Amino acid sequence: MGTDGGHFPRGESGKGAKRRQIAVHPLGASEVELLFSGSWRLGEGLPAPARIVKEFTGDIQRVRLAAHDLDDWDSALPSFAAGLIKLGAARGIEVDASGLPREVQRLIAMAFAVPEQAGTGRSGTRGGLFERVGTATVALARDVPAMLRFLGEVTLAAGRLATARAHFRRGDVWLEIEEAGPKALPIVSVISFLVGVILAYLGADQLRLVGAQIFIADLVAIGMVREIGALMTGIIVAGRTGAAFAARLGTMQVNEEIDAFRTLGVSPIDFLVLPRILALMLMVPLLTLYAGFVGMLAGLVVAYFVFDIGVFEYYTETLRALQVKHFLVGLSKGVAYGAVVAFAGCLRGIQCGRSAEAVGQAATSAVVTGILLITVVASIMTIVYYQLGI
Amino acid sequence: MTAAPPIEVRDLTLAYGDFVVQRDLNFVVHQGDVFVVMGGNGCGKTTLMRHMIGLQRPVQGAVFYAGENFWSAEDEDQQRLKRRLGVMYQGGALWSSLTLGENVALPLGEYTSLAPERIAEVVAFKLALVGLAGFEDFYPSELSGGMRKRAGLARAMALDPEILIVDEPSSGLDPLTARRLDDLILALRDALGTTIVVVTHDIASILAIGTNSIYLDPETHTMIATGNPAQALRSGDPRVRFFLSRGTLT
Repeated sequence: MGTDGGHFPRGESGKGAKRRQIAVHPLGASEVELLFSGSWRLGEGLPAPARIVKEFTGDIQRVRLAAHDLDDWDSALPSFAAGLIKLGAARGIEVDASGLPREVQRLIAMAFAVPEQAGTGRSGTRGGLFERVGTATVALARDVPAMLRFLGEVTLAAGRLATARAHFRRGDVWLEIEEAGPKALPIVSVISFLVGVILAYLGADQLRLVGAQIFIADLVAIGMVREIGALMTGIIVAGRTGAAFAARLGTMQVNEEIDAFRTLGVSPIDFLVLPRILALMLMVPLLTLYAGFVGMLAGLVVAYFVFDIGVFEYYTETLRALQVKHFLVGLSKGVAYGAVVAFAGCLRGIQCGRSAEAVGQAATSAVVTGILLITVVASIMTIVYYQLGI
Repeated sequence: MTAAPPIEVRDLTLAYGDFVVQRDLNFVVHQGDVFVVMGGNGCGKTTLMRHMIGLQRPVQGAVFYAGENFWSAEDEDQQRLKRRLGVMYQGGALWSSLTLGENVALPLGEYTSLAPERIAEVVAFKLALVGLAGFEDFYPSELSGGMRKRAGLARAMALDPEILIVDEPSSGLDPLTARRLDDLILALRDALGTTIVVVTHDIASILAIGTNSIYLDPETHTMIATGNPAQALRSGDPRVRFFLSRGTLT
């Protein structure tokens, strides 16, 4: 302990234990001995192997590691020694660990027993902005054919369903119906009531200019029944049920359950996707209808309490405004939105990767895709109905 | 030196609701033991482990760490006691959003003051110990089940815990890798004085590394203290000999 070549004051050692030290003893021109002493524990910090190597003077070819007066140690010591050996190997210096305690040598030997996998080290670079934008664009372009292929598979499955050859359990449809329908009533009630209130106020403000506030009833009734009821329901179901579909199917993908269906020759589309699409195509229009009524009720409440319109007056005006075609338009949109939400949820679930993170991404993507598809379908249907004069 | 053994289990009953999985478990794990909890599928091995590591509160009985009752301790004391443990879960339980390197580095970053480069060196060493040198930048989902398991062991021993609890270390591993893992467990015990609890049904591994053991009997729903497994195979309880000989000895 006479020399104090490499002394690292960093890292206080515990009570009673001596501070960790490395003494550097030159043994001739080309050989050096590193003497470890004191306490070597992970909790007390570690020196950098490169700093020790930097202190060597002359043409060192061999380094002997030895221990003297070693207090206690944990994996800090073998880990540090292994670091020195690796660094030495990179610089053509032979590191001899035979002077270290036997147990340390044993751990070091185990660490070097399996050679480092060549070519497995990967660069962590993420690429430049352009590269990332390019990759994302290509991925987006690839997404469309995948979506179309899935649409094709679903269509084939629907064909099998029509000819009663699809394999699925009827109970699954009922389960999904319960999940997607009755359990969504509270949130659909709250949201469509508030949207009804908003519509009524919006209408009242504009209609006051022409002194025709009674037409609040028309605006709310037609707006809710024809467009907004379906739209709000579609968005709620996309967030509630579409995400649940993706998470459920995604987890099944992680557990290889979907592969198990495939190897059994049972189409996962038939078994998992069809019941879900059917359930939403059935439930979303019903929820839409319900949302329409709740919205109209909200309009009535606002009209009566805020704008002094009589209940009976509002009621007859609503009846006058509403026609069967408005209900049919709303219902048809509900069916379409239900179909696209279930489609998006199942698509993202089936496409899911095999990790917890991928399940999260699938759920997010299901909601985004669902809402995007709802908007696209809504625009197309609105334009078509207008052209047809419905 | 503390006189109390690292782990003591007293009158432990494991149950799910009314269903009693195991009752009256009593055993002591001594410093430097490789303590094997063995038994067939569904006998409650993993459930016992969950009770020992503080994931499930026992219906009855107590678990002592160095003489301290874990389940009656305050929250901070429980945290302190848990820090003595390293746990390897059956499937590895690696955090899927982190790379292997980050998985092993996380405990080191939380509980030591090592600089990031030093942590990277320790992580490289620990991964090399389990035969995964150079896999730092891989995500768990890119690895095979056996590799995930070994990485789980590297994470469990990141902080050089006093007690290492391993659930099914060898299932899903090829025999040579399983053997290497057994050797590593022994090397850790010899080098660091780690007390090791292994939950397993792998007979080769039980006989190779176990110094003390218990057998969880699924029929009577209680344990049989079996001592050294190699000895138990020669002259132990008939049920244990039956198990350890894969049903050839009765």
